[in-house]
Amino acid sequence: MNASTDSAAKEAIVSVRDLHVTFTAGKKPVEAVNGVDLQVARGETVALIGESGSGKSVTLRSLLRLHPARHTRIEGRIEVAGANVLSMGSRALADYRGRVASMIFQEPLLALDPVYTVGAQIIESIRRHENISTADARKRALELFERVRIPSPERRLDAYPHEMSGGMRQRAMIALALACRPQVLLADEPTTALDATVQIQILLLLRELQRELGLAIVFVTHDMGAAVEVADRFAVMYAGRIVEEGPTREVIRNPRHPYTLALMQARADGAMEKGARLASIPGAPPDLAHLPMGCAFAERCTFAQPACLQTRPDAVELGGDHRARCLRTDATIQFGRPRMERPAIPA
Amino acid sequence: MIFYLLRRIVYTIPIMIGVAFFCFLLVHISPGDPLVSILPPDASIELQKQLMRLYGFDRPWYEQFATWFWRALNGDLGTSIASGRPVATEVMRAVGNTLMLSCMATLIGFLFGGLFGFVAGYFRDSWVDRVASAFSVLGVSVPHYWLGMVLVIIFSSWLMWLPATGAGPGGSGEWAWDWAHIQFMVLPAITMSVIPMGIIARTVRALVADILAQEFVVGLRAKGLTDLGIFLHVVKNAAPTALAVMGLQLGYLLGGSILIETVFSWPGTGFLLNSAIFQRDLPLLQGTILVLATFFVVLNLLVDVLQTTLDPRIQRS
Repeated sequence: MNASTDSAAKEAIVSVRDLHVTFTAGKKPVEAVNGVDLQVARGETVALIGESGSGKSVTLRSLLRLHPARHTRIEGRIEVAGANVLSMGSRALADYRGRVASMIFQEPLLALDPVYTVGAQIIESIRRHENISTADARKRALELFERVRIPSPERRLDAYPHEMSGGMRQRAMIALALACRPQVLLADEPTTALDATVQIQILLLLRELQRELGLAIVFVTHDMGAAVEVADRFAVMYAGRIVEEGPTREVIRNPRHPYTLALMQARADGAMEKGARLASIPGAPPDLAHLPMGCAFAERCTFAQPACLQTRPDAVELGGDHRARCLRTDATIQFGRPRMERPAIPA
Repeated sequence: MIFYLLRRIVYTIPIMIGVAFFCFLLVHISPGDPLVSILPPDASIELQKQLMRLYGFDRPWYEQFATWFWRALNGDLGTSIASGRPVATEVMRAVGNTLMLSCMATLIGFLFGGLFGFVAGYFRDSWVDRVASAFSVLGVSVPHYWLGMVLVIIFSSWLMWLPATGAGPGGSGEWAWDWAHIQFMVLPAITMSVIPMGIIARTVRALVADILAQEFVVGLRAKGLTDLGIFLHVVKNAAPTALAVMGLQLGYLLGGSILIETVFSWPGTGFLLNSAIFQRDLPLLQGTILVLATFFVVLNLLVDVLQTTLDPRIQRS
């Protein structure tokens, strides 16, 4: 009955421990991710939520080590399906990518090679990892296209990416990612570039595939609405750290980190009245090349106290597998519970 | 595809007419009397007028153009004033020689330019890139007639490995693919290849750098492709533009090799054009220019068609 013991009992297929990612290309090193811990169980969907520059995509791409090795320092430990990703040689890494964990991108038009048909790209991927004939690979590509419900799949296999609509392209991208039956699917804002009706379809498709195939999904987004649709668990990121984490319902009903709270308030819920002000979070995210000593959100936080500027807060267990990195979880408790009664944050 | 081809071919017709008109007019308005070279200095006015009438120079220019163009369409480019031979024969022989030389030069240039460009693009800002870029800048900016002379001094005068000028033992008429003939081609071809090499290297470098920065390369990596697999994708993405540049370079070489052909006395169109200009041989000059222009247009057409088959995005938009 306890969600915490429940998820701990399940085997973690993705395990990230104290991940630090630093980009060293510029004059000053940029600490894009500093100290992320993340566990994803088999068959579980975790949403990484945060605004631009919060390190959510960087974390995701680190799982496949997609950052240019020359300008990136990755520290910590990443284990996917029992293998240590950070210690893999280039050959092992290439075998792991696409086979154990694969990725779908935000803008499939950019992420697919424009001069190959989508079918050819899927076949290439299958034949890269499995020793089968082109004809068999094509058969499988066709099945995949049917599975992601692309109409007239036979014809679409021979289409180039630019000849498809946005939603269709994202479906093709998903088919490509699932081509070698991976165990982990990494989704980098897969619905951001799509219009609203198509977004829902893609989200439903992802949820369905996840259930049928038992996939573990790490879903990166800045769209709370999209995250609620698919995720079992929420992990809210800010300035390269996970500031709050917990089961979706729990985090939505009872957000305890001031940043999560502010994000909830910043959503334009339903139809807004004309002239009404869109709630926003004052200030800007910190410069990742000059991170403050204390809590990175303190400067923008309504509840900040002097202590917040001194130390980086550790995770506070809030029960029910819910934790937040904040010294002031005592102050935010009053904002939880039934939505309608939630008072506005004092300005 | 067939419709696209037909449409492209139809488009070339007005271009060809325009080109023919321009090259006719250009030659026509340039100063100098075409008959000077064949008339004795003391020729009478009578004789002058008679010859003018014979060559048709006394009629208004548009009439001259119409007749010339009509005959050109039928493959008759007139008679060379200087040699008395049909212009078409002279030009075609020269074209054959130039074609050989410039294809060879483009091939060398494309191979090495592509190689340099790929290496430079892949290892951008490394020392390899700097060396390759320095080479390509040198290739573009060094005066090629000067380079030709330097090569002649080194390989013909000092080392005596290769002949300095001409196109083989049989003169301009007979060519064979044996060493006795090919050795004559080596120096001019290398000299000429330096220009496309530099330009192709720089184009390919920019292309490769641009392609490698694109998101789909991350996508390819994410699905587990090795560096070699990704390289093949980069090549196919770079090919359309690289080929277009190569085609244009070949076009330039076909007509723009006057200096090199003169330095090496290679009996091609450049050499022919040069002598036609100096001898005020109007029919020969017009004919040569027209043929070269036609080559350019046809070449562009070929490049376009090739590009469409390589890059699907051009074809249907």
